[in-house]
Amino acid sequence: MSTETAGGSSVEYIQHHLANLSVGQGFWQLNIDTLIFSFLLGALILFIAMKIGQNLRTETPGRFQNAVEGVLEFVDNQVKDSFGGKAPALIAPLALTILVWVWLMNFMDLIPIDLLPAIAHGLGVPHLKIVPTTDLNTPLAMALVVFLLTVYYNIKVKGFGGYIKMFLFHPFGKFFVPVNVVMTLIEELAKPISLGLRLFGNMFAGELVFMLIALLTLGATLSASLLIWFPLQVVLDLAWLIFHILVISLQAFIFMVLTIVYLGMAHIDADSH
Amino acid sequence: MNINITLLAQIIAFVILVWLVSKYLWTPLSALMEARRQKIADGLSASERGKHELKLAQERSAEILRETKEKANDIVAQANARANQVLEDARVNAKVEAERIVAQATAEIDREVNRAKEALRTQVSAIAVTGAERILKREVTIKDHEAALADLIAHI
Repeated sequence: MSTETAGGSSVEYIQHHLANLSVGQGFWQLNIDTLIFSFLLGALILFIAMKIGQNLRTETPGRFQNAVEGVLEFVDNQVKDSFGGKAPALIAPLALTILVWVWLMNFMDLIPIDLLPAIAHGLGVPHLKIVPTTDLNTPLAMALVVFLLTVYYNIKVKGFGGYIKMFLFHPFGKFFVPVNVVMTLIEELAKPISLGLRLFGNMFAGELVFMLIALLTLGATLSASLLIWFPLQVVLDLAWLIFHILVISLQAFIFMVLTIVYLGMAHIDADSH
Repeated sequence: MNINITLLAQIIAFVILVWLVSKYLWTPLSALMEARRQKIADGLSASERGKHELKLAQERSAEILRETKEKANDIVAQANARANQVLEDARVNAKVEAERIVAQATAEIDREVNRAKEALRTQVSAIAVTGAERILKREVTIKDHEAALADLIAHI
């Protein structure tokens, strides 16, 4: 990371980087930067989809079509592994969207942390957070959609009575109904919360480490100590960057797999539980 | 990092994105991949069938070849037998013909000999008559001495 001077102390630097570009106050606060970058990346996916869709070729797929087909097949295999080939038509596109979108949003973390905010600052924009997944709203939004889908499929597969029964008689049988309700409620609610928080936590922590590395030479003047700190910063940054490539891919993959697994669990009948 | 109205906006965005990805990326591409899978499966089964048919055809051709060879062998054997037969027939015929010719010639010769004998007898009798004329100095008519001459001819 370049020796960006955000001004002030380390605390100010970090606080500055953790603030979203937003309008509104309290609950009505709208994080514009999160929306812009996630929309742009979503648009990128759609642009690629259209581009490929324009000249789909069965016989001689282009290199790009091949790559997309590979991703698609990978996702499809994951879904088939969980569902055994009778998944609703929604599941696989949902999983594909999650994998690609989350990965792209995570990828924003690998862009030098001060680059875009510094440019924005030059243009008069006070704050800019470029990684949508470090905004809790984004992972939680996806997790909630997944949660609502699990409820929908639970009721669709088991019937409303069956879904209620799952709360009453699971996991301890019919003599512990109150305990069962509490346990199952916690279990069901923990799914979307852990799903969203896992992604958010990983990306937030990753971004924080980039910030800490950037702090090493924050506000430094040209001096002898810089000869030590600057190479150290480069080495640390490179190491964390390479490790983070793994993290962003893994988190996108985990989010997708858990989505498939949760939806798959919704499709298992209560009796065969 | 507070939860706020962004959450709702992101939920809507996510739902729309899933819908669009499903419509423009997943559906056409997976249909295409399914079509390709089908095509490849068809091609493989066709090649399998072709291989099977080729095997059958090879077996059939080998069978035909074998039958043809047998037939050819039969024909050659028959031809050989026929040739031997013809040769044998010819030999027998020739022998018979030769014997016949020899017999004819022998008969011819006998006839010639008899004719010559006949002629000689006649001439001898004429000579004898002439000789007797000379000896007797008078004409001896054949009529007069026919009996004597016949007797003479019979003795020659």
